[in-house]
Amino acid sequence: MSIKKNSIWSFFASVKLALFVLFFLAIASVIGTVIPQNAPPDAYINEFGANMAKFFQILDIPDMYNSWWFISLLIMLALNLTICTIERLPNVWHLVVQDNLQTDIDRLAKMRPSKEILTSLSPDEAANRARASLAENGWQAKEAPRDAGILLFAQKGPWTRFGVYAVHTSILVIFAGAMIGSHFGYKGSIMIPETRSSDIMYSFSNEEPIKLGFEVLCKRFTLTHYANGAPKEFRSDLAILENGKEVLTKSIVVNDPLSYKGHTFYQSSYQSYKKFLVSLTDNQTKQAETFLIEPGKEIKWPVEDITFGIINREMTETPFLYKYKVWFKDSTGVAEPFWITDGDTTTVKRNGKDYTFALKEFFATGLQVTKDPGVWYVYFGCTLMLLGLMVAFFLSHRRIWVYIKQEDDETSVLISGNTNKNRPTFEKNFDAVNRSLEEKIKSRS
Amino acid sequence: MTSSQLLGISTLGYLVASALYIATLIFKTKKSGIAASAVTLITFLLQTTGIGLRWYESYHMGFGHAPLSNMYESLVFFSWAIVIFYLLLEVKFNNRLIGAFAIPFAFISMAYASFGKGITQEISPLIPALQSNWLIAHVVTCFIGYAAFAVACGLGCMYLVKSSAEDKPDAGLIGTLPGLKVIDDIIHKTIIFGFLWLSAGIITGAIWANSAWGTYWSWDPKETWSLITWFIYAATLHARFTRGWQGKRIAWLAIIGFLSVIFTYFGVNFLLSGLHSYGSS
Ligand code: HEM
Repeated sequence: MSIKKNSIWSFFASVKLALFVLFFLAIASVIGTVIPQNAPPDAYINEFGANMAKFFQILDIPDMYNSWWFISLLIMLALNLTICTIERLPNVWHLVVQDNLQTDIDRLAKMRPSKEILTSLSPDEAANRARASLAENGWQAKEAPRDAGILLFAQKGPWTRFGVYAVHTSILVIFAGAMIGSHFGYKGSIMIPETRSSDIMYSFSNEEPIKLGFEVLCKRFTLTHYANGAPKEFRSDLAILENGKEVLTKSIVVNDPLSYKGHTFYQSSYQSYKKFLVSLTDNQTKQAETFLIEPGKEIKWPVEDITFGIINREMTETPFLYKYKVWFKDSTGVAEPFWITDGDTTTVKRNGKDYTFALKEFFATGLQVTKDPGVWYVYFGCTLMLLGLMVAFFLSHRRIWVYIKQEDDETSVLISGNTNKNRPTFEKNFDAVNRSLEEKIKSRS
Repeated sequence: MTSSQLLGISTLGYLVASALYIATLIFKTKKSGIAASAVTLITFLLQTTGIGLRWYESYHMGFGHAPLSNMYESLVFFSWAIVIFYLLLEVKFNNRLIGAFAIPFAFISMAYASFGKGITQEISPLIPALQSNWLIAHVVTCFIGYAAFAVACGLGCMYLVKSSAEDKPDAGLIGTLPGLKVIDDIIHKTIIFGFLWLSAGIITGAIWANSAWGTYWSWDPKETWSLITWFIYAATLHARFTRGWQGKRIAWLAIIGFLSVIFTYFGVNFLLSGLHSYGSS
């Protein structure tokens, strides 16, 4: 084919180029780790001076990994891989599918390892015994008459030759996944106060609102601490609403997000308002109401003729967990305070009446939202890479031929082997077959 | 016995083992070689117990987690991985002299964990972002890879020492080292092994990042440096497979690659800033 002969093609097909590209990618990547990325323009001027900052701007150094020249290096790598593969795959394909019973007989004696045994057995009998000793060692032989003799052939793992190509393809798959992600995906965030829902997120790239097409409701956010004050868990009880109806609920924590319709919601931050959520139910009338209150303020619920408020707080035995003193008066006229721990629910009893009272500190949960339709391609590529590496490194294509031919009044049995890598292990396998063959041929019966 | 006592004794044990291996290399006495292996094995068992005990102690303190969560714990695991990798190599190639080039790394790692500036040995609870099985998979795979690269680097030094003394007639202690071809072959196999684990380490790290904050790759300095290391070893493998590089060049690349590992591991924490800052405490 003519294109294959042209020099641009052979430039991209060469492994030398691969070494250069890998080397330059390594060097270039260093730059971005030394010079801060995506800092405000002034930071570069302060740190490196105006001229240097301008130079950086020209070379896109402040956003180096997305610069035209870094992307070009990655494209070079992809082209190099693709073209190198197109160059070599036909040969490999041929090696995998070829009929090894057609192998040139003269080549067999030159292979390493190879061994010739002479015997007085008839060629047919020698072939039987050779077949048996191959089978005994796990080699299933095929055979064909060749040049007035018989050729037996057995192989293991011809497909392992594709291992390297699986690795190379996996890199292209990962690139493809990353591209799909950056073209069709987006990232952003939402801050949802407890008991509220939201159907828009704000994009990180331009701070524009993006419609989700459904609502996310934050039912509850809880924050727990270790005894030393370090945060232990951020947990948001979320629900997805379609047309106001709950279709999915999940309690998420860092490292365990919620996915719905291509969007994934990650626990990323929270906001505290020094306010409290109180839900109050009259257990007789079943009237219920939720209040967002500030401490020290008097709250009225006219429907039930109730007045209440938070008047004090104390740390409980659990570090960083508070209990609150609530003053509470209802229509019976009894006005007594009680204590309730953050997040708890309690029953408040009054002359013949009782109420369910729940209190918790009010938070908004900060969610990072990601839509990345490419991530499964990336994961598939990663899996393919690991499998491919294992095949490429640890498995090999091993072949054994046995050629049996009448020579004057003796029969020559020539056994030859070949492997594409890991020769020492193969030689052990080969010796095992060879020894069993010799034994069988020398034995009388 | 507490885990920190056991790990303290392990540090000492690897110091003694290093001295014994080096003595074996110099004086060629069979006995010191056997002693070196014995001390290494016993220390390794103590260290394994120490790591296990530290794990147990963390549960006792009410926030149990695998001991792989900060700089101290990762250094201890690094040293542990170097030793188990080396011991398997010693058995497989039936050669003790490699120990002189491998066990000192295990000692240095332990010593640095114990005495390094700003490294706390305290068992501390995990912040939410670190509470993930992917993180454990990430640390384990990375450090198995790093351990293999450390041994490959030791072997690279061994190769260079031996080949520079090759011409001299009676090369003394150098003569007792395995043949150049053998060293070259072990270096290559070790790099292959390390490369596989490093790849797995980068991948599990990406999965962890994605499950924690929805981005599998963010070009943070530590990620980038692990990729640089990966490029270096990928280039090394290609130079060998397709261009036939061998011997000294590969030995040098094994050393350069390991310098990149070291930088990924320490340099990034101390000289650059990024997401992986947990390592600096
Ligand atoms: C970072 C990217 C790359 C990785 C991880 C990678 C990985 C590998 C691996 C694991 C092998 C197997 C060696 C063996 O047989 O055991 C290999 C071989 C090879 N690679 Fe790559 N490779 C990369 C990039 C490239 C590029 C850009 C080229 C372009 C020419 C290339 C060309 C080759 C060739 C020609 C072989 C030998 C195949 C054979 O033995 O028939 N590689 N590569």
